[in-house]
Amino acid sequence: MENKIRFEKGLNEDIVRRISNIKNEPEWMLNFRLNAYKFFKNRPMPKWGPDLNIDFNEFSYYLKETKGEANRWEDLPQDILETYKQLGIPEAEKKFLSGAEAMFESEVVYSRVRKELENLGVIFCSTDTAVKKYPDIVKEYIGKVVSPNDNKFAALNSAVWSGGSFIYVPKGVKVPMPLQAYFRINTGEMGQFERTLIVVEDGGEVEYIEGCSALMYSKASLHAAVVEVIAKKNAHVKYITLQNWTKNVYNLVTKRAFAEEGAYVEWIDANIGSKINMKYPSVYLRGKNSKAKIISVALANSGQIQDAGTKIYHLAPDTSSTVVSKSISMGGGKTTYRGLIYVKKGAKNAKSTVKCSTLLMDSISKSDTYPYTENNEETAMTTHEAYVGKINENQIYYLMSRGFSEQDATDMIVFGFINEIVNELPLEYAIEFNRLIKMDMRGAIA
Amino acid sequence: MDILNINNLSVEANGKDILRDVSLSFKTGEIHVIMGPNGSGKSTLANVIIGNPKYHIKNGNIELNGEDIATKEMNERANLGIFLAFQNPVEIEGLNIMHFLKMIYKRRFNENIPTEKIKELAKEINLQEDILNRQLNFNLSGGEKKKLEFLQMMLIKPKVQIFDEIDSGIDIDSFKRIMEIIRSIKRQTITIIITHQINTAKLIEPDRIHVLIDGKISVSGGQEILDNIDKEGYKFYGKQN
Repeated sequence: MENKIRFEKGLNEDIVRRISNIKNEPEWMLNFRLNAYKFFKNRPMPKWGPDLNIDFNEFSYYLKETKGEANRWEDLPQDILETYKQLGIPEAEKKFLSGAEAMFESEVVYSRVRKELENLGVIFCSTDTAVKKYPDIVKEYIGKVVSPNDNKFAALNSAVWSGGSFIYVPKGVKVPMPLQAYFRINTGEMGQFERTLIVVEDGGEVEYIEGCSALMYSKASLHAAVVEVIAKKNAHVKYITLQNWTKNVYNLVTKRAFAEEGAYVEWIDANIGSKINMKYPSVYLRGKNSKAKIISVALANSGQIQDAGTKIYHLAPDTSSTVVSKSISMGGGKTTYRGLIYVKKGAKNAKSTVKCSTLLMDSISKSDTYPYTENNEETAMTTHEAYVGKINENQIYYLMSRGFSEQDATDMIVFGFINEIVNELPLEYAIEFNRLIKMDMRGAIA
Repeated sequence: MDILNINNLSVEANGKDILRDVSLSFKTGEIHVIMGPNGSGKSTLANVIIGNPKYHIKNGNIELNGEDIATKEMNERANLGIFLAFQNPVEIEGLNIMHFLKMIYKRRFNENIPTEKIKELAKEINLQEDILNRQLNFNLSGGEKKKLEFLQMMLIKPKVQIFDEIDSGIDIDSFKRIMEIIRSIKRQTITIIITHQINTAKLIEPDRIHVLIDGKISVSGGQEILDNIDKEGYKFYGKQN
């Protein structure tokens, strides 16, 4: 097989077939794709949210740089290995991860999970590999949480998906350290469409971290992922995202989880990068006593729109959800919170708390909040707090009077504002996140 | 020894004249009290010394050891050793107090201070230890904020320490404890205490007292000033009703 493949720009049914063909997929997956492609063609662009002026024929839909999925870093081509080394992934894997995966352009180029976890039946590989090695599990769950016809970008992903993580945690297994995937776009005018599927059986636990970055090009790239999470009875899934795409990437992602009885799903979502980011990690609380926590932070600088939020469906009794959203707008950037809390009749004693706040760093930046609540159950309790404020000069002066420069004082106030959320990140990522925020506020180019 | 001189200082804020032709001189080892009725310009004076950009110097200058500091930024002045314990310190959400205290110590002395040392200092002024793990001034009581300002002063050992309404919000025992500490370190620093309370001024036992009325120093002198104000009120020194 050829090592390097780059599709010409453009999207049509033939492209969909060629992707499936390169991957040597079973027929059911080809049909899944073709079906989704029809949905994609029929669906209009979203009529709400930021103006998406995307010409789908301006991107290449498949780009492969290596022969296959390595499980030793040394087996990667030198330049690709260097990229991940600079991002500190091999180091992190040694120190504090249960497993790591690296996706480069359209394909996963590396994946490995610790032997002792493999022996317990934990699976962590690319979704492409899973289609071949674990077709029964993939077939049972793919497209069940996010239907290929859910929205235009979920349909697009379902048609042309490539790469992404497949995680399977058997009954009662608690993965001790996080699994991490790193997604990298290293070229312009390219579309990355990873598909992630996480299935955690009864009582299982896993923490998954995804990071992403891209090289800067003058022309835009498109990233449209679909993430499906199934947390079965009493399972616990913590999903952490550090999104740092360059400011010419459209990041249009559908993330959704099913939480069965007693399950706990956490989405921790940090967004610094991208041109337009639209992402609303959602949880369907399907079993009684299930819980959701959605914590997000977004920084919108000059030319950026961070359109984020969440949807929570309380479908069973005694379910609870907590949402904390913090955003920072600066240099003319715009942040939006869009949220839906739905409580089904019969979801007795459901509880939901939503808190969103925005810090405006100057008078040219913008922020909007669209919180919706639909409560059909009279024993349920939902609360919502929203706050938008401009950075307070008295706070800056106070810190300056203690010897800090204006810039350092501003950083301290911003870090304080998002601290509640950064505290949810593993220490190594919290440090990295604060460093990225600081660089961004200084106007540095990643 | 350090000398802080304020020479013919006139100050405005929001288009209003607040201080007019104020001249004062302070030396290491002295405790000065600046008194005056509400709105006489006491807090403005403190804020101008530290360089708060909300106030504009129209005339005059401020010299520390002969060097004009009036053109320096707030943080530069802080790094020269000028410190103000604010009347109402602002709240900063998410900024851990212990972390903040360690940062200001490191900034001043370029070395790390052990957590235990900070806890000991807090104990000296009856500031509860668990406060140190809270967020900077965030949801603290008035008294706790005041003590925290004082703790910062103890940590960074400024050359010039100014207290704006030193006793507001704290109980009398804590105030007396704080005064004991101020007296014990008096020899190493210039101390300027602002208050509008005559009883507070008496407890301080200052070396010099200055009365500020309508933005002007109307009198400077010793303890006798307190007796006069006690008997006659500020009108003794020219306050118009």
